[in-house]
Amino acid sequence: MFDINWATVLLQSAPLIIAVCGETISERVGVVNLSLDGSMLMSAMTGFVAAYLSGSALVGFLAAAAVGAFFAFIVSFGSLALRQSQVAVGFVLTLLGDSLSAFLGQDYTRLPGPWVTKLPIPVLKDIPVIGPIFFNQDPMVYFTLVLVAVTYWWIFHSRPGLELRSAGERPEAAFARGVRVRRLRYLYAMLGGAMVGVAGAAYSLDVKIGWAEGHTRGLGWIALAVVIFGGWSPLRGALGVLLLVGVRSWIGTYLQPAAGADSTIVILNALPWLLMLVVLLVVSGKLTGDLVANAPPWLKQPLRRLLLVAPPAALGADLKEG
Amino acid sequence: MKWQAWLERIWPSLPILAALALTSLLLLAFGTSPAVAFGAILEGVFSTPDRMLTALAFWIPLLLAAVGLLLTFQAGLWNIGIEGQIILGALGASWVALTFNFPAPVQISLEVLAGMAGGALWAGIAALLKRWGVHEIFGGLALNNIAIILTNFLIAGPWQPPEGGSFRGTVPFHEDALLPLVGATRFSLFSLVLAAVAFGLVVLALRNSAWGLRLKALGRNPRSAFLLGVSSNREALLAMMFCGALAGLGGAVRVLSWFDSLRQSISGGIGYLALMVVILAAFRLYLTPFVALFFAAVLTGSIVLQLRTQLHSSLGAILTGVMVLFVLLFGDFGRVRRLFKPRGDDHV
Amino acid sequence: MRTELQDISKRFGSVQANEKISLTFEPGRIYGLLGENGAGKSTLMKILSGFQPADSGRILLDGKVQRFASPADALAAGVGMLYQEPLDLPPFTVLENYLLGQAGGLLVRSPQVANHLRELGSRYGFKVNPEETIRNLSLGERQQLEMLRLLSGGAQLLILDEPTTGISAEQKALLFSSMFHLAEKEGKTLILVSHKLDEVQELCSQVFVLRKGVLVGGAELPCPNSTLVNLMFEQLPPRRERTKLAPGAPALELKNAVVRTPRLDLTPTDLQIGSGEVFGLAGLEGSGQELLLKACAGLLPLAEGRRLLAESDVTRLGYHATSKQGVRYIAAGRLEEGLVSGLTLTEHLALVTEEPAFLVDWQANRQKTQERIKHYQVVGTPESTIEQLSGGNQQRFLFGLLPDSLKLILMEHPTRGLDLRSTDWIWQQLNERRQAGTAVLFISADLDEIIERSDRIAVFSAGRMSRVVDASRTNVDELGHLIGGQT
Repeated sequence: MFDINWATVLLQSAPLIIAVCGETISERVGVVNLSLDGSMLMSAMTGFVAAYLSGSALVGFLAAAAVGAFFAFIVSFGSLALRQSQVAVGFVLTLLGDSLSAFLGQDYTRLPGPWVTKLPIPVLKDIPVIGPIFFNQDPMVYFTLVLVAVTYWWIFHSRPGLELRSAGERPEAAFARGVRVRRLRYLYAMLGGAMVGVAGAAYSLDVKIGWAEGHTRGLGWIALAVVIFGGWSPLRGALGVLLLVGVRSWIGTYLQPAAGADSTIVILNALPWLLMLVVLLVVSGKLTGDLVANAPPWLKQPLRRLLLVAPPAALGADLKEG
Repeated sequence: MKWQAWLERIWPSLPILAALALTSLLLLAFGTSPAVAFGAILEGVFSTPDRMLTALAFWIPLLLAAVGLLLTFQAGLWNIGIEGQIILGALGASWVALTFNFPAPVQISLEVLAGMAGGALWAGIAALLKRWGVHEIFGGLALNNIAIILTNFLIAGPWQPPEGGSFRGTVPFHEDALLPLVGATRFSLFSLVLAAVAFGLVVLALRNSAWGLRLKALGRNPRSAFLLGVSSNREALLAMMFCGALAGLGGAVRVLSWFDSLRQSISGGIGYLALMVVILAAFRLYLTPFVALFFAAVLTGSIVLQLRTQLHSSLGAILTGVMVLFVLLFGDFGRVRRLFKPRGDDHV
Repeated sequence: MRTELQDISKRFGSVQANEKISLTFEPGRIYGLLGENGAGKSTLMKILSGFQPADSGRILLDGKVQRFASPADALAAGVGMLYQEPLDLPPFTVLENYLLGQAGGLLVRSPQVANHLRELGSRYGFKVNPEETIRNLSLGERQQLEMLRLLSGGAQLLILDEPTTGISAEQKALLFSSMFHLAEKEGKTLILVSHKLDEVQELCSQVFVLRKGVLVGGAELPCPNSTLVNLMFEQLPPRRERTKLAPGAPALELKNAVVRTPRLDLTPTDLQIGSGEVFGLAGLEGSGQELLLKACAGLLPLAEGRRLLAESDVTRLGYHATSKQGVRYIAAGRLEEGLVSGLTLTEHLALVTEEPAFLVDWQANRQKTQERIKHYQVVGTPESTIEQLSGGNQQRFLFGLLPDSLKLILMEHPTRGLDLRSTDWIWQQLNERRQAGTAVLFISADLDEIIERSDRIAVFSAGRMSRVVDASRTNVDELGHLIGGQT
């Protein structure tokens, strides 16, 4: 009843996890990139087209990363240099990315192209249970796993990561200590954007190969939500993605065939969105706050750390009054 | 400096011209003459009276949604869920259309009310979620998707046409349920009246009502507003529901005039477009209807563009999108000028 | 290190914050910088410490002209500033705060640095725990850590901005002794920016006085306070005598009140305040007095216990319902939590108007605003937006928004950051209300203010309220003991 093909789940989750890592570092430094959905569409399209034209998937990934970084640059430039709302610029870019990708990709729809081939790791892939899941995958998945570890370590256990977090928590204090806040914000926002670009290409070159209008639509928004309920940690975020994709897979395998009528299947599509709402309610919610406030004192601290999340204090002014 | 004053005067037009220039470059890259393309758009809107009315018909729901958003923006909210609110309005009107069979005036009145109720309900849920800590962007997003799923369910299931579920649309509504149209177009005079009344109400609310003032305080500084007696939860809820009602009205108009039944993409992205309209209009009340009209014209015109040039119809959306982006980024002369001044503080 | 400021000028929009100020500071001395609110002290010190650039003028250290691009730059040259609210990072640990910005490897765990930090602290008598999170420390401890950071970063000149507000008596003694040590034993230069004349007299050997952006003079200390006051103000604010009032009928009562928040719980508390009484709440920040004040306002719910307003039970009421009963809460940050930037004075008044109506009568409201402006002597017009007013005028207007008769006024730090004249004006307003029967409950970090202005006082420590003391029969030492948790 609960037997899910975790290897497939991991593969399908990988692009989203990459995007979540990217957006996490961007938001940790104080820049919220609401253009994620449009950015992923554009980079998925660009990645595929570049790979198609060059014959190399790697070229596709690089092109997509450039596109993602460019989108992030526009958002950060608009916010840091031109003092406009990050939310407004990001939102406009997200719609633009959608229509631009449809327009520019119109000649490349439903064409076959290069993709990332599987690369099983000998010996490791034969380890019972975890072997087939983690070591019988393609380089993109391995990259994702390494990325999560590296990003996590970088943010929380390295000195540059300390500077990163300080810029997002209290820029005046960071500035007073010689941290080049503005420079770091551009750097990490664009790095995060590049990762989002890679995520888009990971989709069109690996998970759902090819390009069609609206190919990755919705994924960027989900990534943004996951960053929140991941508590701005790449590790928790990755787990959140796996949970979401796993639930969807479970619905698809067990609930949908049981539902029978076409119409009921459609309703089941709503479950992941409801799940997202529930999780967001729990982590940001006033309800949970009440629960924690009334918990016995010894339980307060761990409960609070587990359930409640707090954004970096200086995250793009608009989103603060959430 | 003389030329600086002159530059400041003509500045507002520059981002728009730049957008046109960029779009032209895009067209050239795809082997189409900009003149032909823009000409096709203009043709698509102005060539016949029917086409002009069609543009107006697209304009009405867009205007309703945009004007509703002015309320939520005044309260400091990003009502991304407007798309779902339009859909729920369409659902409400559809339900009345398919369930009841009153004479036209009664039928239509009920449908309009049901549409407003549906939109207000959906907006209310988003407001409630926000009260419990879920930012209205994510609440709205989830609700948008749920609204779409709900629509698909109804089309494929309970409301499917007799020849079987084709996922395209429901059973067509009976004659009395639909709004009377002008000629062979999809334009309804009645909807224009409704839109005008709605606009008037919003002007009254924002400029002259105590409630509008409370919204303004709430949008600028929720904490201070609270201590000054403004109940942020209640006012945000009311603003959202008023906006939802207007959006729902737009959805009802859509399903009862633009179409004759509930369709899969009933809202046509109008909600998201309305957000763009309001941003481009810089949240200015009296500019909004004109910007909405501009959007409606360009987007209806793009359909002819596709016919004439074989180019993807998203060009219209690209043109308007780039325009909004440039105006948003570079429209403020003062801020652009400050780019070229040496910086004192680096910590922002 | 000899520090010179030559003709420093800085303008913000239409305000000339500093006008051609020239000062010299010699090593091994403690200087005082005095002046009213808005005199330009913090602007000048921010320029000296590298936080913002001057429009014109020069800074010379040991005769060499300096150009600072950032506070880190200034520190490298030897100048460090300690802010009233330390510029540290609350979610991070002591060690992380200290390491941030310093050159070094990729890793953060560094036992040598932790030890070095502990040793450095002990030199001045500070107890340092590198693993502790800044958020859990008291204001005094955070201040000490900032000082250590600046000193180990090479500061030869240390600027201290209102350092004694909000720290315990012990921490203050430690601060003073470390200041003397730094000046006399280590030859550093210290500049103390403060309103508290007694502290300035105790610590400094020389003072400079700014008024309206200009250096108006200086004095060698010790000297009579009146000399300093004369330099600071054009006219002396008259000291008003406080009439002793017998407290009337109970205005506010708390019985066994318990407040629970994710961070702190307030233990069962009993409180009674009579109408016309002024009640002061003292204690280190985060000790529970804020929770109590908010609970009285209905901003926080009571987990247990009851709250009564003029004998009627209002336990279940939130802030809006409570305020309808004649209660107002005035937060510490005027613009953050009291006024709305972007709204005009008329709009503010229309917002708080007592008569509910659907449409706003702008004409009538404009007129009423004009009347209030005149009555409260606010410099502004009905159409000015609130942020166009100066801080003092904003405060006046905030009081002007209060309804005519109130049962209870709750105030968080009513005079924080204000100069003598504004402080006096506020207490004059509060006294007028007292005469009319309004009870006042307020929090302050300034023990002198609390003793001077209150009828009775209670002290908070770790979520527990001490016994209530009579203001006329207590002193700073006793309050200090109570803050420390002793009874």
